Amino acid sequence: MYSGKVMEHFTNPRNVGEIENADGVGEVGNMKCGDIMRIYIKVNDQDIIEDVKFRTFGCGAAIATSSVVTEMVKGKNLDEALEITNKKVAEELGGLPENKMHCSNLAADALHKAIEDLKNKRNEK
Amino acid sequence: MKKIYLDHGATTQVNPDVLDAMVPYFAEFYGNPSSIHSFGRETKKALEVAREKVAAGIGAEPREIVFTSGGTESDNIAIRGVARALQKKGNHLITSAVEHHAVLDVCLALQKEGYELTLLPVDEYGMVSAKDVEAAITDKTILISIMMANNEVGTVMPIAEIGKLARERGIIFHTDAVQAIGLLPLNVNDLYCDLLSLSAHKFYGPKGAGILYVRKGTKLAVFNFGGAQERKMRPGTENVPGIIGMGKAVEVVVADREKRAARISSLRDKLIQGLLKIEDTKLNGHPEQRLPGNVNVSVKYVEGESMILSLDLKGIAASSGSACTSGSLDPSHVLLAMGLDHQLAHGSLRMTLGADNTEEEIDYVLEVMPEIVARLRSMSPFYASSKKE
Repeated sequence: MYSGKVMEHFTNPRNVGEIENADGVGEVGNMKCGDIMRIYIKVNDQDIIEDVKFRTFGCGAAIATSSVVTEMVKGKNLDEALEITNKKVAEELGGLPENKMHCSNLAADALHKAIEDLKNKRNEK
Repeated sequence: MKKIYLDHGATTQVNPDVLDAMVPYFAEFYGNPSSIHSFGRETKKALEVAREKVAAGIGAEPREIVFTSGGTESDNIAIRGVARALQKKGNHLITSAVEHHAVLDVCLALQKEGYELTLLPVDEYGMVSAKDVEAAITDKTILISIMMANNEVGTVMPIAEIGKLARERGIIFHTDAVQAIGLLPLNVNDLYCDLLSLSAHKFYGPKGAGILYVRKGTKLAVFNFGGAQERKMRPGTENVPGIIGMGKAVEVVVADREKRAARISSLRDKLIQGLLKIEDTKLNGHPEQRLPGNVNVSVKYVEGESMILSLDLKGIAASSGSACTSGSLDPSHVLLAMGLDHQLAHGSLRMTLGADNTEEEIDYVLEVMPEIVARLRSMSPFYASSKKE
């Protein structure tokens, strides 16, 4: 049911873990559906995402989308990162089963929330 | 890579003797049992021999056996049939919150049509209490339907007790025994049931063949029309090869039931004990009143589908009650009815053992399972935070 690329990311997920003192953290999903994704970002003075990590509770699609979004966003600036959508994440994986498009394809949302968190923190300073 | 099948609750491999019995009925004896010529008479006779085998296997009379396409159809014919036939007598149905959807969804559909429905709760082990059944009965109750053993968590219900109290009150009692035959003692008289559903592919028979036992005198309204087959309760040309195979399968599984159940139970207990050695795991279902082949554990901090995928990569076939695998947005209704929280319900893993499993296979599962859980937990936000506290 999953593409080879989904299974490859599920089997060898990139950037698993968390970043201590992350500049931004974003979490999406809910336990009712059984998918929770948390993304941590480290951003430098030029607004480049230098490091990104994730932790996810969820199905194969949830883990693979989390993994691939970290790969897509590393080294990008914040504006470029905000252009990544859930749809682009699914495309990058060679597509997802229809029933996974809504509940398990939220990794870009988690990334956007992490960026929002970063901006809020900056505004507080 | 060796492949290990631990999903016998979903379906089973056709027994070789069953397959041998079926083969001639595809191209050699292919007559329509309703035809009066020799081709038809041959298959008609074979059909009646299969009916006798099934009846003998469950303590029924041959004319009380209705051949269907499977468990779902049997449940539909039984429940809708009684509800419509007895609607002048009453409009109240009793079932449990942990029934298979083939029973639950029919009852919910009838509720929408205006029937009163009592959905009995279960205890933490998924057990229905006979006392609760008794308390729910009103003078309008026309049908009680409680499964013999739960398909997800393996809990074996007090069916004889429930059947007896239904019989004493003149209420029709149906049981879905799809998971039970060949594993538990099954005699329609000892269970006091009026209707009982079975499905061939769950007990080493073919897919597409099922049984509805209908105790003589039980009135059923019919919903399908077009032929006189199966005394009009299931019109349409019979699945002859499937039914012949099913007759053989009943014979095979009933004959060595005790020996097989004992062997499967000991493998089950070994697997349960091994899995519970992994920290933060919990057995779902009753510790003793349990189907011989059923193992169901919740693994905290991880989600079921990701465990199924990981096991599949190791050649092991299992199932889960997580939303992703239940085909809906919610995890298993059975686990939620037992009071599990969403995380534990999503983290459930079901392994159902059968006649073909070996001790070496169980050893292999127990060898790979800790690595799989550790890997998925290393990705889980909950495991990381729980270890910090």
